[in-house]
Amino acid sequence: MKKFIALLLCGIFTATALTGCGSSSSAGENGEVIVYNWGEYIDPETLTMFEEETGIKVVYDEFETNEIMYPKVEAGSSAYDVVCPSDYMVQKMIENDLIQELDYDKIPNAKENIGAQYYEQAAAYDPGNKYCVPYCWGTVGIIYNKTMVDTPPTKWADLWDEKYADNILMMDSIKDSFMVALKKNGFSSNSLDESELQIATNDLIAQKPLVQAYVVDQVRDKMIGGEAAIGVMFSGDAIYVIGENPDLDYVIPEEGTNVWIDGWVIPKNAPNKENAEKFIDFMCRPDVALKNFEYITYGTPNTAARELIEDEDLKNSPIAFPDLTQYNNLETFLYLGEDGEELFNKYWKEVMSN
Amino acid sequence: MIKTTAQKIYLGLIFIFLYAPIITLIVLSFNASKTRAKWGGFTTKWYAALFRNEQIMQALWNTLTLAILSALIATLIGTIACIAMQSMKRTSRAVLMGITNIPMLNAEIVTGISLMLLFLSFGIKFGFGTILLAHITFNIPYVILSVMPRMKQLNPSTYEAALDLGSSHTYAFFKVVFPDILPGILSGFLMAFTMSLDDFIITHFTKGPGVDTLSTKIYTEVKKGIKPEMYALSTIIFVTVLILLLLVNYTPKGKKKK
Amino acid sequence: MNRKLLSLPFIFWSAMFVIVPLCMVFYYGLTDKSGAFTFDNILAIATVEHSKALWEALKLSVISTVICLLLAYPLAMILCNMNVNQNSFLVLIFILPMWMNFLLRTLAWQTLLEKTGVINSILSALHLPSLNIINTPYAIVLGMVYNFLPFMVLPLYNVLVKIDKNVINAAYDLGANGAQTFFRIIFPLSLPGMFSGITMVFVPALTTFVISKILGGSKILLIGNVIEQEFTQTGNWNLGSGLSIVLMLFIIFNMVISVITDKEGEANTL
Repeated sequence: MKKFIALLLCGIFTATALTGCGSSSSAGENGEVIVYNWGEYIDPETLTMFEEETGIKVVYDEFETNEIMYPKVEAGSSAYDVVCPSDYMVQKMIENDLIQELDYDKIPNAKENIGAQYYEQAAAYDPGNKYCVPYCWGTVGIIYNKTMVDTPPTKWADLWDEKYADNILMMDSIKDSFMVALKKNGFSSNSLDESELQIATNDLIAQKPLVQAYVVDQVRDKMIGGEAAIGVMFSGDAIYVIGENPDLDYVIPEEGTNVWIDGWVIPKNAPNKENAEKFIDFMCRPDVALKNFEYITYGTPNTAARELIEDEDLKNSPIAFPDLTQYNNLETFLYLGEDGEELFNKYWKEVMSN
Repeated sequence: MIKTTAQKIYLGLIFIFLYAPIITLIVLSFNASKTRAKWGGFTTKWYAALFRNEQIMQALWNTLTLAILSALIATLIGTIACIAMQSMKRTSRAVLMGITNIPMLNAEIVTGISLMLLFLSFGIKFGFGTILLAHITFNIPYVILSVMPRMKQLNPSTYEAALDLGSSHTYAFFKVVFPDILPGILSGFLMAFTMSLDDFIITHFTKGPGVDTLSTKIYTEVKKGIKPEMYALSTIIFVTVLILLLLVNYTPKGKKKK
Repeated sequence: MNRKLLSLPFIFWSAMFVIVPLCMVFYYGLTDKSGAFTFDNILAIATVEHSKALWEALKLSVISTVICLLLAYPLAMILCNMNVNQNSFLVLIFILPMWMNFLLRTLAWQTLLEKTGVINSILSALHLPSLNIINTPYAIVLGMVYNFLPFMVLPLYNVLVKIDKNVINAAYDLGANGAQTFFRIIFPLSLPGMFSGITMVFVPALTTFVISKILGGSKILLIGNVIEQEFTQTGNWNLGSGLSIVLMLFIIFNMVISVITDKEGEANTL
């Protein structure tokens, strides 16, 4: 035992010494910018480019859900300069006075390159686009395996079809699962009407025996491996899985769906506001936005970047860049207040514990 | 004979159970396809990619330094606490042992969250330091629980004899007590090191911007699919430790027997 | 120099990082969002959803603990009877899997168990019926047993290896048969290790949320999932803390039992 530990320690010290060599980090000559983004939601190369071009060191942190991010920003014990929340969370942060207004003169790329239609959409949760620069957007739809379904699904109600029993993947996410059930019944995904929510809840409970699993990220591997015939998925993931398994296809259901936007905001307590503006501006540069699009495959609102895409199929991909005018009942999540969130939470627990 | 065969089969089955997922991970590290759901042919490219991936290397560095530092500090605090407890009355010792048990018995998520609440309310900046504090906290019990039994097996007379023969307290401790409790200290250290290495939940709640350990890195990666580099890294860690184990085990027995 | 002073760092550390944080959990658990005192967060355990989640978690963790015990006991006995020189080697073999990341190991089980997974591919190649336990409680139990088995083996092994062989031989000499020796000598002497093993398996199994997510497909809501959801999805810390307090009661209950059965309270040997 002694010898083992002695050897082990030697090994570890060598390993730490080796890995440590490259990691001697020092603040950049022009200070730093602390970025808080979704996990795997940026091409790391763009961060290096930013550091080299501006001399600003990027301190990068990642979160998994909006709700994990929120208390950390709210508490302010770790002050961030740039955060990338989703639509409804941006609204919540505006309402609770956590983020500051942007000065578009300092971020000219955002003004020039982000398509007007995306600003319009973002205005639903950020009136006047004062706080948030869209970074990624997409839809939620049905992914299906062509070899495992007779007729391609076209609507959310197909997820209740008994012939797919044990072959359906739903999302382990309160908002997205309720969006599916509410839209199926023709209700708004931001509904706070208790009777509508009750109907949606009953539908989700009725669906549960047919569902193989409630997953978030596992849906990609499971669909690629042919574990399930049909599932709910974000458009960006759909591009990736179809690339891996050509049997798969993605459809936006006819009852309408959620159009989501994640965007950059600057918290009120940002210690390096100027660097934050430079960072956002850099991220809106067409070549950088293109790099990020190719890395994460979620739709970019950066129209200038889209023009640069060389692959014509991808450039005109109906999954990455759907023509939203063709679909009805598209909605973006709104912040429903604490009571509203509690209501959804309560009904979701009812579904999950049934 | 039948009995020993049965025993071997039983051991074998348990080992298959314990190591099946490990072998799966090792196989996946040679999978050319990026997804674990598909076999894309044999490759070693992930091993090359691993050493170029600065983020993973940084996470590995963080993980190892955290594990070493937290295990060392916890071993120090835990061991001297054991020495102190040995000379205490039974009730006060029982109270301290009760406190020791709290982090062991508490749900990890509760420990993690309670520490997060603590750091938040005292305005401590989240980062490497907060994770280190948290790891030391949950490591101390493992040390105490493995040193304490050794302590109790000690014969107090030897220590007193050393004192009678004129040695100082410190000298007597290092010459008489320490060698006897060393195996307990070592296994406590190893356990603490392992727990720190494998912890995800507590780290997750106490980490700050830009500081990732392998566990938290893997968790954020789940979002976009685990990078095969991670499988490669796990394989390297596993094989290294296994080789060390075999080396130690097959060195001449005479020296080891002590 | 007073040797008792050496415990000061430990006492300080525990007060600072164990006791104070616990008080904070109690503070959050006993207040509502505006900061007013309330028992609602604790009483919330009585709602259908929560009590069902608690019940499911209790059920699965008890089953897993029993299985771990049944698997680990013979295992620990076999290990004890093996060549003494290999002791530490064998023990380390059980710690070794823990050096592969917990999440990766659990994900690997998913790869093994899935409908199109490794095990089923092998079974279908052998023309055997397929194994469909992924996304069921069975898979959760398997995950728990897999992850926590070493916590049962190690303490059991440690007490068994310390039993004086002469005691066992004496029993045989006095005419006891194998079963009698086991039930009257070995088993009672192994109780402390057994109880610490049970605690160390039961507690993490009761509170886990990762295993039920990855192997159970989130189809079964465990109390750990509820608490995790309150903190990470709905951001209701008060309710999350309140439910944590309830969980703590179960854990304290478990602790009291092990203290009663083991008066010294120091049997946790690793």
